[in-house]
Amino acid sequence: MPKDHGIGASPKRREDIRFLSGTGNYTDDMNVNGQAYVHFLRSDVAHGRIKSINLDAASAMPGVVKIFTGADFEGVGGIPCGWEITDKHGNAMQEPAHPVLAQGKVRYVGDQIAAVVAETLEQARDAAEAIDVDIEELPAVVDMAGALVDGSTKVHDDLTSNLCYDWGFVEENKPAVEAAFADAAHVTTLELRNNRLIANPMEPRVAIGDFERASGNSTLFTTSQNPHVIRLLMGAFVLGIPEHKLRVVAPDVGGGFGTKIFHYAEEAFCTFAAKALNRAVKWTSTRSEAFISDAHGRDHVTTIQLALDADNNFTAVRTDTMANMGAYLSTFAPSVPTWLHGTLMAGNYKTPLVYVNVKAVFTNTVPVDAYRGAGRPEATYQLERVIDKAALELGLDPIALRRQNFITEFPYATPVAVEYDTGDYHATMDVLEKMADLSGFEARRKASEARGMLRGIGINCYIEACGIAPSNLVGQLGARAGLYESATVRVNATGGLVVMTGSHSHGQGHETAFPQVIAEMIGIDESMVEIEHGDTDKAPMGMGTYGSRSLAVGGSAMVRATEKIIAKTKKIAAHLMEAAEADIELKDGTFSVAGTDKSVAWGDVTLAAYVPHNYPLEDIEPGLEETAFYDPANFTYPSGAYACEVEVDPDTGKVTIEAFNAADDFGNVVNPMIVDGQVHGGIGQGIGQALLENAAYDENGQLLSASYMDYAMPRASDLPFYGVDHSCQTPCTHNPLGVKGCGEAGAIGSPPAVVNAVVNALRSGGHDIHHIDMPVSPSRVWQAMNG
Amino acid sequence: MYNFEFEKPSSIADAVAALGDEEATALSGGQTLLPTMKQRLASPTKVVSLLGISEMQGICTGDDGALCIGGATSHADVAAGASAYPGLAALAGGIGDPAVRARGTVGGSLANNDPAACYPAGALASGATIVTNAREIAADDYFQGMFTTALDESEIITEVRFPVPQASNYQKFEQPASRFALVGVFVAKYADGVRVAVTGASEEGVHRWTAAEEALSANFSADAVPAAPGADGMIADLHGTAAYRAHLVAVLTKRAVAAAS
Ligand SMILES: Cc1cc2nc3c(=O)[nH]c(=O)nc-3n(C[C@H](O)[C@H](O)[C@H](O)COP(=O)(O)OP(=O)(O)OC[C@H]3O[C@@H](n4cnc5c(N)ncnc54)[C@H](O)[C@@H]3O)c2cc1C
Repeated sequence: MPKDHGIGASPKRREDIRFLSGTGNYTDDMNVNGQAYVHFLRSDVAHGRIKSINLDAASAMPGVVKIFTGADFEGVGGIPCGWEITDKHGNAMQEPAHPVLAQGKVRYVGDQIAAVVAETLEQARDAAEAIDVDIEELPAVVDMAGALVDGSTKVHDDLTSNLCYDWGFVEENKPAVEAAFADAAHVTTLELRNNRLIANPMEPRVAIGDFERASGNSTLFTTSQNPHVIRLLMGAFVLGIPEHKLRVVAPDVGGGFGTKIFHYAEEAFCTFAAKALNRAVKWTSTRSEAFISDAHGRDHVTTIQLALDADNNFTAVRTDTMANMGAYLSTFAPSVPTWLHGTLMAGNYKTPLVYVNVKAVFTNTVPVDAYRGAGRPEATYQLERVIDKAALELGLDPIALRRQNFITEFPYATPVAVEYDTGDYHATMDVLEKMADLSGFEARRKASEARGMLRGIGINCYIEACGIAPSNLVGQLGARAGLYESATVRVNATGGLVVMTGSHSHGQGHETAFPQVIAEMIGIDESMVEIEHGDTDKAPMGMGTYGSRSLAVGGSAMVRATEKIIAKTKKIAAHLMEAAEADIELKDGTFSVAGTDKSVAWGDVTLAAYVPHNYPLEDIEPGLEETAFYDPANFTYPSGAYACEVEVDPDTGKVTIEAFNAADDFGNVVNPMIVDGQVHGGIGQGIGQALLENAAYDENGQLLSASYMDYAMPRASDLPFYGVDHSCQTPCTHNPLGVKGCGEAGAIGSPPAVVNAVVNALRSGGHDIHHIDMPVSPSRVWQAMNG
Repeated sequence: MYNFEFEKPSSIADAVAALGDEEATALSGGQTLLPTMKQRLASPTKVVSLLGISEMQGICTGDDGALCIGGATSHADVAAGASAYPGLAALAGGIGDPAVRARGTVGGSLANNDPAACYPAGALASGATIVTNAREIAADDYFQGMFTTALDESEIITEVRFPVPQASNYQKFEQPASRFALVGVFVAKYADGVRVAVTGASEEGVHRWTAAEEALSANFSADAVPAAPGADGMIADLHGTAAYRAHLVAVLTKRAVAAAS
């Protein structure tokens, strides 16, 4: 019988009532008295020198409050980067200045040249059209290989080249890896591109800056996945506002997928302008603006090689990647192709030797940063594709080849610096083989062929590192922030609890899942617990939500704080029942004294904490509120096996997904329904990447897919009904909940399954094809079939 | 969006008069015009809605048996009401999504003549007559290349007359993002011959594939469809090369014939 409450139950998501009934409170729903509106004049060329900006006509337009340009930001800090990479020679990465408004040059289509603040948005837009900007267009740097050629145009004149860093990992292993390749019985090589994506959350970004002259306090309302991080980055590095004078609020946020982690220039602008003008300033991105101003994702060009011995054991992996940074370094951009990617290159396999080289490249394109999975999808895709190719070349069953090389003993220290605590890769593969009905595949293929269609099946495994992460480790790796999480648990006099968490929910369902944990710990109903998040005035600190870290890290902080609450309530209960503290038991919301029939209810104890007439005042303080900061000891390592079955129309090249099955190991599961939903969404985005999505630039740096007319998002009709199973559970050994995180798995694990399946289908039709780059669009498939 | 005046006349004559002003634009379903205005790519000073004109609404059968559709009739109404011409009803039912079909109109679609739109293929393959406030224009004379038609300034499409074929079918291969036609082919078989119109493929906009028409007029079977036309002049973009589009023209024509016969 499934549980009906607490850990393991699937209560419906309480937040959905407001999301589905139009009563959410999103940033654009908020308005501050007297607010003005800002419209950004953005560059329509990818690279150019600003020769002059004439504001005369524009400033005289109706309703204009003030027009800001780079000149107004000369003494102001730039947008900081939160992660510094040390290259393979021991040098720091090249880090360009990142101004709030362009200083002298524009570096991508979408770069902010000027900001018009006016009484209404339409007036701001009208005035922006009247600004006279003279830009000398320069050649655009778009192609990464070209950007690295000596003598290439430079995106940043003051850097030595367009190379941000050349990273080798693990550099000391390189000679051994080379030797293993020299000795290999077989080497498989695959060149591929991990296509550039645009996150497209349903809610575009919004920022409202506000300033209160009487107190000198600033407030920023923003669509962020981590308001505390924005407060620190913007306050300390851009505007010089200490935390106690700056509040950042991220209310309901309509999806983030990574792109709302970062600190953006528009946020700093609105906060700065509100103070300069002494009135609130609001910016709402249009969908068109989002395409050219939200950080993009992925965009790696990779050559991967796999070495095998004569018995088909993997002996070494070597991979070379060019990773596009875009024109500036977005907040976490340098970490994505390095620590979030290189550390995963062992995958689920006991390959003893791995060497990863990454060249991060500046181009005249929108900055690229984390997008659902961030680095781990890129690692999984190349590894799982090259294994499939090796199986083809060697005539081996792709599942058997994987199984033969699985890591089976845990903990397992990989050659790429991480230690997997738990996992059971054979178990997830066993489940997958049943779910995907592999034995029935040949019959299904025949049925497809009878209808003139090609049918293929693709399977792959994935491992990811999430729940980021131990602060001391990430500090060594270049993070400029800690990656703990905090929670304050406040118990009110009548027994209800409010949890103020530094995790931010933007669709994940924390308001439902977090109370389930507390309900389980105390034995009370979930309705007695309320979750508050998204306001720097509430939770003490917060590193926010990304990297599937909310439950594993934020949830663990909440558990620790709740443990402190329980410890204190036991003291109070012991006093009330005149018993020894050690004898107090808490079950089903009632304290009892072991071996007696004495008991006192949860509510009586909480009331005593606030009405301390009969209370151990000499030992403990009144009140019932505790805070904990939790810093994990390791990453968590969810893993799984995915299978995709496709049909390909040989006449048109169109691929349809006929079945998709996912067997995941997320450790313990708090709310299975929410986990299903997370996997569904992740797979949807993974299928989107594999079949449809493509942020493409032309050679002049114009974004070709700058609207939904050309950027193909997955829709319901593109997606099958998924089979999802998370019954394989090897709990995480180092967090109190034994949870691993499930938010990104679907997006990490699904793209290789789709491409493996398409290659398999085409080969069944007699086409000697080893690879097609994503998105595997009808025209690309047709091209591949027809030379 | 820039400011504009708005008028909603109830007769064709009043609409034509209102459109006489310079910079005035007709508004039908608004599915093309309004997004363009929101993006500030169009800046009419006056917008004249055609949706208040009852004689431009609805579907009837003419004395010659042709299906007559009012210029401001929505795609949804055609999808539901044009059962006399199933190929055309299916075309209308495959445009965009339910919201687009509820607003978008046949007159707006033909006036806009988007090179990837569906209706132009239906009208051209049917040898339709585009009736305006001033005259009647044969489809063969009406379409003059991408976004270009025989309409004069402020001329409005009041009705479109579609001769009903013996058999017909429209095959649309969707562009993955916009879901307009990457290539669309409408095949219509009449007593006096077969007409084949292709949308989405050519830089010249909607056009007839005469080689296929001749072959199919002689033998209306999928096997009779000639080899794919040349790739010269076909559109090449992010979603497909010219050669791919040319290939799809033949594939979709075969499918349309198979589905029609
Ligand atoms: C999301 C989306 C998906 C779509 N998908 C498809 C698709 O798959 N296939 C397809 O074919 N189309 C598609 N469309 C277009 C849609 O079918 C509309 O029919 C088309 O936009 C024009 O019709 P409308 O009535 O909306 O015209 P409007 O937008 O009102 O007008 C368009 C132009 O025509 C002029 N005009 C309008 N009516 C007349 C008239 N009676 N006489 C003279 N001029 C006139 C206007 O002045 C304007 O210049 C899609 C649109 C959207 C928004």
